[in-house]
Amino acid sequence: MRLEDVIGPVMIGPSSSHTAGAARLGRLAALIWGRPVREVTIFLRGSFAATWWGHGTDLAILAGLLGFLPDDPRIPNAREEAKKKGIHWTFKAEHPDGAHPNSARFLFKDEDTSMEVVGASIGGGAVRLLEIDGFKLELSGELPALITFHRDTPGVVASITGLLASKGLNIATLTLHRQGRGKGAAMVVELDENPQTEIMDAISRCHSEIFRVLPLKLGE
Amino acid sequence: MLSFEEILSISRTKAISFPDAFVERQSLEYGDKIPVIKENMALRLQEMRRSVEEALEKKPSGKIVSDISDKMNFYEGANQPLSGKFVTRACQIALAVATHNASMGRIVAAPTAGSCGILPGVLFAAEEIFSFSQQTLLEGLITAGGIGTIIASRATLSGAEGGCQAECGAAAAMAAGALTHMRKASTEAVAQSAALVIKSILGLVCDPVAGLVEVPCIKRNGTLTALAAVCSDMASAGIESSIPPDEVIDAMYKVGRALPETLRETSLGGIAATPRALKIEEKLKALAPDIK
Repeated sequence: MRLEDVIGPVMIGPSSSHTAGAARLGRLAALIWGRPVREVTIFLRGSFAATWWGHGTDLAILAGLLGFLPDDPRIPNAREEAKKKGIHWTFKAEHPDGAHPNSARFLFKDEDTSMEVVGASIGGGAVRLLEIDGFKLELSGELPALITFHRDTPGVVASITGLLASKGLNIATLTLHRQGRGKGAAMVVELDENPQTEIMDAISRCHSEIFRVLPLKLGE
Repeated sequence: MLSFEEILSISRTKAISFPDAFVERQSLEYGDKIPVIKENMALRLQEMRRSVEEALEKKPSGKIVSDISDKMNFYEGANQPLSGKFVTRACQIALAVATHNASMGRIVAAPTAGSCGILPGVLFAAEEIFSFSQQTLLEGLITAGGIGTIIASRATLSGAEGGCQAECGAAAAMAAGALTHMRKASTEAVAQSAALVIKSILGLVCDPVAGLVEVPCIKRNGTLTALAAVCSDMASAGIESSIPPDEVIDAMYKVGRALPETLRETSLGGIAATPRALKIEEKLKALAPDIK
């Protein structure tokens, strides 16, 4: 651990998991949605659902959806900021079996499409995305990434990693998650740089069983 | 695993101070450049100073605890406080910053948000009362951070894992070390002061009322500045822990693991399970908007 990890982060209180982590989770969910946030329902789970009000978890999540970082002094005013941006939001509580103790499900919608994202605050302000549109996976949001959704079939991974190699992109981590043999699968590829549109297009075409590719671009 | 032993040995063989030994070690382990580490910590100090100024000016209130820091200020002005000028001022700042955190103010976790008042309390009270320079405060902050890295490496800085000993307790150990270094005691005394604190907070449970970072957290931030001060004085006077500092931290970890889950941030035991706490919780729940 570094000195900066012990003396830090700089954050809006009161809780690293329920406030700082909630802001980071909202931000990561919005980045994965990848479009302007217009309409969103946030289902709070576990202790998020029990103590959200005392920790400003709702404000932090809204702030994150607006792209604010956990130290942004506008977090306490996130409702006003979100109204200004014309975002329609609803908070609900839900209690599914086996949910992570500090987690939330986001349901994004606009005129064209919708997306469901589930993520958790795992302590000290760190977060994980756990599900996208029903596909289980794991994504920290600490590095840029691309996520492919495909059918579990031989050659998909080789096509993607081969393509990344040919473009000179270094893979930091790679994890595969499948719903069952020969069924739907998701792959998370963390990269050292943001995946450009051209790469995303090439990947979506590189194997016939890949049906969707999502980028996670950071710091833009 | 990181140890006081290793840091003291770097400090002895290279003839450098306790904080410089930490910076040196981090640079070796992670490849970070020494001026960059110092610059980052200087920025943290600046943020911490801002959090103190905002907290003292804004006089924030949490959802349960109203502003209490001013009471210490008035008391100190009108009485001869038993705990002296330094401790009353450190306590006042710690209470203010911890309440600022509870009211969604911007703070520096040190090492956690729930314990964010203790270190700024002792650092900025010391600046006022002993006229320490910015450089001295920065060395104090690095010393504190370094002690935190040792605790994180050998034990934990999470209340859910180790109880409040790992949060406010660790913050007080870090604060004691910072004071001891800033007051120019020996490198050994820095380690000893941290060990003396930890021996006094072993078993401290994490029992937040209604799950909020307010009761008993805010007042613990205040009281533990006093423990940091007296342990720094004891170590500077040459009093040593009979058990080496690294072994004390190892014991703290084992004690934390042995705490039942009800006393590790679940709000099911300790202060959080008292009749009054349950009433407060009920009242807060009634105030919260319904999101069913």
